[in-house]
Amino acid sequence: MMSLTTRPRLAAKARLRFDRKSERTMILFPEKGLELSPTAADVVHLCTGEHTVADIVERLLQRYATEDRAAVEREVLEFLNTMAERCLVVEGVP
Amino acid sequence: MSADERTSRIAPAGRDQGQSTTLPSELRPYTLIAELTYRCPLRCVYCSNPLDLERHRRELDTDTWLRVFAEAEDLGVVQLSLTGGEPCLREDLVELVAGARRLDLYTNLATAGVPLSRERLRELRGAGLDNVQVSIQDVTAAASDAIAGHRSFERKLEAARAAKEIGFPLTLNVVLHRQNLDRIAEVIALAESLAADRLELANAQYLGWALRNRSALLPRRDQLERARAIAGEARERLKGKMEVLFVTPDYYATFPKACMDGWGRRFVLVSPDGLALPCHAAHTLPGPPFDNVRERSLGEIWRESHGFRRFRGEDWMREPCQSCERRAVDYGGCRCQAFHLTGDPAATDPVCSLSPDHALVEAARAAADTGGAIAYEYRTVRIDRER
Repeated sequence: MMSLTTRPRLAAKARLRFDRKSERTMILFPEKGLELSPTAADVVHLCTGEHTVADIVERLLQRYATEDRAAVEREVLEFLNTMAERCLVVEGVP
Repeated sequence: MSADERTSRIAPAGRDQGQSTTLPSELRPYTLIAELTYRCPLRCVYCSNPLDLERHRRELDTDTWLRVFAEAEDLGVVQLSLTGGEPCLREDLVELVAGARRLDLYTNLATAGVPLSRERLRELRGAGLDNVQVSIQDVTAAASDAIAGHRSFERKLEAARAAKEIGFPLTLNVVLHRQNLDRIAEVIALAESLAADRLELANAQYLGWALRNRSALLPRRDQLERARAIAGEARERLKGKMEVLFVTPDYYATFPKACMDGWGRRFVLVSPDGLALPCHAAHTLPGPPFDNVRERSLGEIWRESHGFRRFRGEDWMREPCQSCERRAVDYGGCRCQAFHLTGDPAATDPVCSLSPDHALVEAARAAADTGGAIAYEYRTVRIDRER
């Protein structure tokens, strides 16, 4: 399970690509692709193994000028754990 | 925060009368399956190559493939599967991978693992290949080689290990059938020992050579249920480590699968000799020939050709599909299966419990339950007898 101190990174099998047709970021992996919402794309772009989940939450709070830290933390962790279950995001440095 | 599963989204098929040449904006292919060659050192008894291989000898050249990749990307394709036959037999494979990478396509190599040296794998890695998928036929050399008709098992494992060492994500693919289904736990253990990232436990699809060998390959229901339970347990246990996919054979489903996610809807396949097809067996259907990428652009073929529009959407459907609430879920199932079992490509897929031809599938299942002779007919390259 990811926590605020985890440093998530994109799994080796996953790659990001901007999709011209939907104007969204896609995460691509064997046989499939997911279209990411703009906030999900922001999170995934920060999954480089350098930033902790807490850092990522901080960035989102700034970018979206929101103060509801608890809600953002909950959403980011829930999203990252779903991605981790699907082996798209992993813990640790590359 | 959300991530939409592109492969499971249903296009607004609606009741478009099929006269307009403009498509609903959602109707774009996401995946190009590039069958680079039909050549293969293996000759598996469920091979999906055409039975009349000799008619398709003239392969597309490098430049044509690169043009097709670019046209596909322009249509919206983001995934490229390089397959065959055995794609590693193409001498220009590295060049093709590099071209796909320039287009930012996510590229998977579906290989039997022979011939695939460590050095070639390094070159492919350097060219930007994203994923390596190695198929094995069983968990022991003797059993795997018996299905493949070729001594290749140890070399396959070597290729899989080398791919992982070089840094590729690895998919292990195993086609399941009556003769190997009982060893599914061993298959999973082998995938774990190879540190595979994804395991595809795909039951054989009974078309082509598999249909010809069906009496030896179709599993019994009790076998299938046991295997499904073991796969389900492994999926839970390996969550976050290895993705475990179990594809049920159509013959034991109540409703058909949405074959290729619907005809001409998400996938486009180009055969070694350049036919643009909605699926790998579409050219075995009766009717006007499919268009060739040597003569028309992929975009034109996708949007306008008879071949792609023929079973697209719902207008072609008859009862019981036409009024069925699942018609935009499974799109009537597999056109090729419908034709090869009933002789009519527009029939409801007989694996559907609502199909008037469902007795054909029940009879095949009953035959599997009583066992059947194991006498494989191996794929050959001569033009053999008519079906």
